[in-house]
This record gives sequence, C-alpha cells and structure tokens, in this order.
Amino acid sequence: MQRNGSLLGSSFRFLTGALLITWLVLPLIPLAIWSFAKGWFYPSLLPKMWSLKAWKYAFSDTSGVLDSLWLTIGISLAATFLSVLVGVPAGRALGMYQFKGKSAVELLILAPMIVPGIAVVLGIHSVFISMGLTNSVPGVILVHLIPTIPYMVLVMAGIFANYDPAFESQARSLGASAPKTFWYVTLPAIMPGIIVGGLFAFLVSWSQYILTLLIGGGRVVTLPLLLFNFATSGRNDITGAIGMIYILPGIIILILTAKHLSGRSGAVGGFGQI
Amino acid sequence: MTHVSLKQLTKIYPGSIEPSLDQLSLEIASGELTALLGPSGCGKTTTMKMIAGLLEPTAGDVTFDGRSVLRDKPEHRGVVMVFQNYLLFPYMSVAANIGFGLKMRKIDQTEIDRRVSEMLDLVKLPDLGARRPSELSGGQQQRVALARALIVQPNVLLLDEPLSNLDAHLRFEMRDLIRNLQQDMGITTIFVTHDQEEAVVLADKVALILDGRLKQYDVPSAFYSRPVDKATALFFGGQNFLAGTVNDDQFVTRFGSLRLSEKTPNGPGTLTIRPENIRIGSTADGRNSVVASLIDKIYLGTQTRLQCQVGETQLQVIANPNDVLEYEPGQNIPLLFPENALWVLQS
Repeated sequence: MQRNGSLLGSSFRFLTGALLITWLVLPLIPLAIWSFAKGWFYPSLLPKMWSLKAWKYAFSDTSGVLDSLWLTIGISLAATFLSVLVGVPAGRALGMYQFKGKSAVELLILAPMIVPGIAVVLGIHSVFISMGLTNSVPGVILVHLIPTIPYMVLVMAGIFANYDPAFESQARSLGASAPKTFWYVTLPAIMPGIIVGGLFAFLVSWSQYILTLLIGGGRVVTLPLLLFNFATSGRNDITGAIGMIYILPGIIILILTAKHLSGRSGAVGGFGQI
Repeated sequence: MTHVSLKQLTKIYPGSIEPSLDQLSLEIASGELTALLGPSGCGKTTTMKMIAGLLEPTAGDVTFDGRSVLRDKPEHRGVVMVFQNYLLFPYMSVAANIGFGLKMRKIDQTEIDRRVSEMLDLVKLPDLGARRPSELSGGQQQRVALARALIVQPNVLLLDEPLSNLDAHLRFEMRDLIRNLQQDMGITTIFVTHDQEEAVVLADKVALILDGRLKQYDVPSAFYSRPVDKATALFFGGQNFLAGTVNDDQFVTRFGSLRLSEKTPNGPGTLTIRPENIRIGSTADGRNSVVASLIDKIYLGTQTRLQCQVGETQLQVIANPNDVLEYEPGQNIPLLFPENALWVLQS
C-alpha cells in the first residue's frame, strides 16, 4: 500500500512538473524558432528557410546587444548586492525583534510591491533630477532597489524568524569576535535566505523596464529596453535571438539555486512564519 | 584556577520595575563546582549570562581573581557557556564543532585535529568526529557540547541545566563525566538548575535563589538539615513545620516538648523535621516520642509514605517499608523525633 501511495505521489509530482515546464517553455518555442528563421509565414508550420543572420547580428558590435548584456548584468548584480546589504539587517530587525511601529515599517517596506512602479517613479524622478542622478547608471541601480529590497527583506525576515540568536552567544563565549561570529555562524545559517532573496532581487532588477526607461532617460539601455525596441520594430528574428539571451541568466540562476527553493526551506516562507 | 566573585550583582531589564536579580553576592572558590538553584524565572540564567559577558548588569560587579571583568568582551573572558539545548553548529561536523574555539584562537589545524581526537576520547565518543550533530542522540550531543567547551581550557565553565534533558541512567553517567573532567582540569564551574536533585548530586556548593534573591549558599546537605527558612525547606521537599516556643534545650509544642541538640535562642519559632528523619518506635524513657494516629499509608516500592496526626498537627513520614508492615490506617503509631534531626527555623 505504502509503495502504491508513493508511486501515485511521485507520478502526480511528475505530471504537475511536466505541466509547469510545458506552461513555461511552450511560449518560448516560437521565439527560439524565429531566431533561426529566414522568414516564417502563414500557413507553414515551420519556416521554409533557416538562417543564423539574427544571431550574427545580435553578437555583432553594431547591435549593441553585448554591451547592453554586460551593462544589465552589472546593474542587476549591483542592485542585488545593495539589496542584500539593506535586506539582511532589515530582515533581522523585522524577523527577530518586537518594536514600536513595527507594522508600519513592514507596510512601508512592502509598499513598493503593492503600489504601481510608475506612480512611485514619477515622484522619484523629480528628486533624482535635483540630485543629478537621472540618465546615469548609479541612478538606475538606486531606483531598482525600490522593487528589489521588499523581496530581500521579506525572505530574510522569514529566515530570521526561525533563527536562534543564542548560536551567536555560544560562538562569542567560545572565543569568536563579533565579525568572526557573523562569518562562521550567522552567515552560514542565513545563506539559503541570501541566495533565494538575491535570486529574486536579481531577477526583479533584470526585468525592470519602466524604472530604467524613466530614470535612465534612454541613455542607460538595458537588455529589456533593447528587446522592446526590436520587438516594436517588427524584427521577430532579432527579437527572438535577444529574447533567448535575455532569459538565459534567469535559467542559470534557477538551476544553481533550485535546491534552496523547495517548500521545506525557511527562505521561501516570508512573513507568514514571523 | 579562577576565584569568581559576584558583588551585589543586579539586573533590571528595560521596561520592568522589579529586578530580575537583586544584589546577588557570591564567592566561588577556585576549582569549585557550584550550583545556582532556583525555580524558572528566578534570575539564575541572567546571572550566568552576566558572568559570561553576554548580558550587562544594571549594577554590581563580577571579578575573576579580584579583577573586574565587566569591561572584557565575552570572547576575552575565558568563560565558556554550555547552553541547555547544546547549540551545536548544525552545518559543521562534530570535529569542527569541538575545534571551533581553537580555530578562533588561530591554532594550527594539525594541532586542532590532535586535540579534538583527544577530546573525543575523553568524552567517550571516538570515531564520531565526521558525523553531523543532527545524527547524534541527545546525550551524545551534550557530550560534544561539553568537549567543545573544555577544549579551550576555560578559566570558568558555565553549564545551563546540564542534566535536565537526560533520562535517569544517562544522568548519572553524565554527572560522573562532568565531575571527573571538572576536577581533573580544576576548572571553576557554575551551573544553573531548577532541579534540587540535580544540584545536590553534582555540586560542591549550592546557592539557592528565590525571587531574584540569594536565600542560602551552603554545602548540599545543609539545605536538608539546616534550611534558613520555610521557603528554603519547602523547596527541598520539607513538609513538617510545627509552631512552638524554644525554652532552653526544649521546644514546646501543643502536644509536648521535644529536646533539641543544637543551642537555639529562646522565643517562638517553627520546628522542622524531614519526613525521612522521623523514626517509627520510641525511646526507653519516652523522650522525643509521641503516639500519632495513622491517617494514610502509601507504598512506594523503596519507601512507604505515611500521613499521621498528633492532635491538630499533620505529620508526613517516609519510612522503610519493612518497619511499618504492621500498621494500618486508623491505628496508632509511635513516632520518634531524633534530637539531631530537629531544626528550628528563625522567624
């Protein structure tokens, strides 16, 4: 009986997994085909002629795709790093301590996830102009923190809610200084949260369009902006190639961090576990 | 070898008015094993954390060999605390856990490995170095926690409820292990517990703390034979309290006079005698003997518990089962109060 049950369970898991993958991958297939097609017209199921022209163009200097790719990676990494710097202490405060006005702070941190980005950025735009941060990479990195920090804080608050600070006392009493205690004891314990939160932060920053467009003023051309340009100009083949490049980091990160994303990990619990 | 002094140590947590610990003064001799005993919430763990430097006292001082350590950071005090739930670092092997303190002291890895395997032998866990803490039983985890603390050869070792998570047969094994290691190494050791039995079996001296105040600081047997007051006697399982008056070497109660062996000042007082010290029988001249009526009798295997009554006074007696076979509830029973088992509490 037990065996049958687990067999049923695993086949159910397999089925749902397969459905999920189909759901996610299916829309990408035409994109992939387009990137290798030399014209693809109704009613043919597949393109008559194949070509690598779109890919060649995408990797050429004139398209600016590679420059844009490195720039986007740089901006997203920087935004992720800063989110970790803010999110770890903020998550610790929210997850471990009770203080006056805690729910107000929670709401403030979560607000960017609720309020539409465009509403926020219009106000910030005028502030950034006065500070000389518009049309610049640092400005774009800073504005990306608005949507990335909530994810980071949410994940870290969940981690710290289930974290026992007595481990730190124990390390101190065994002779570890405060920095060493953080490095050897705290960091390994909260690493799953940093990885998962960092993954969220990276992907959120990676897919920003409106914030980059408004604060970057068209001078900071990240991959989503470039992709949008080609998509609106009707070049389906080039759009397909850039699209493929665009989704690559997401897939790589997902594979690298898959084991931390299971439901058993404290990192994906969020405020529910505080 | 470190002499630890607590001087008027006081802790008032922010937001509370009542002190969690109220002017505790204790002298703990070098190499001694001392128990801080008290019910939960009496301030004993607070005291430990202040000795370890994990908590700042509101007032008072902690000195090691006469030198105040309050300004020393926890990692520089030479005090290691072993927590009740062991707190083994879960993502490190057993060996890495034990070697942690040495690693923090920048000791060479080969030297660490050598001393860790030595330590594993001492706590009788050889061959378990490569395991993860989660793969060990509770008793094994505790021995790892003890090894991790002892390997750094601390001046002062602090143990939080060291025996309370263990079952009966492991308790005595662990008690012997702690006592032997502590005495071999001569480490001044302080442990906290809420269990008077744990305090008595393990400690050289016991400090009883009730409501944040030190009640009595003495050798374990004194808490049974010479408790300072009724609360202390009650905490150690005292049950018989007789009101009366001291008149020279006699204690006059409602049912007669009992002769005292210890010199006690005259005046009203409360006499106490432990249930296990009341004997069945009488003396030849009838001194310190009374006849009580037996109300209830409960057989407990190694002992029999009797509930007796003399006039209005209830008395609890713990007797050897063979001595009370012939007595049944409703009958009279002769009780003898040995002079040296009587103790008058100061009011």
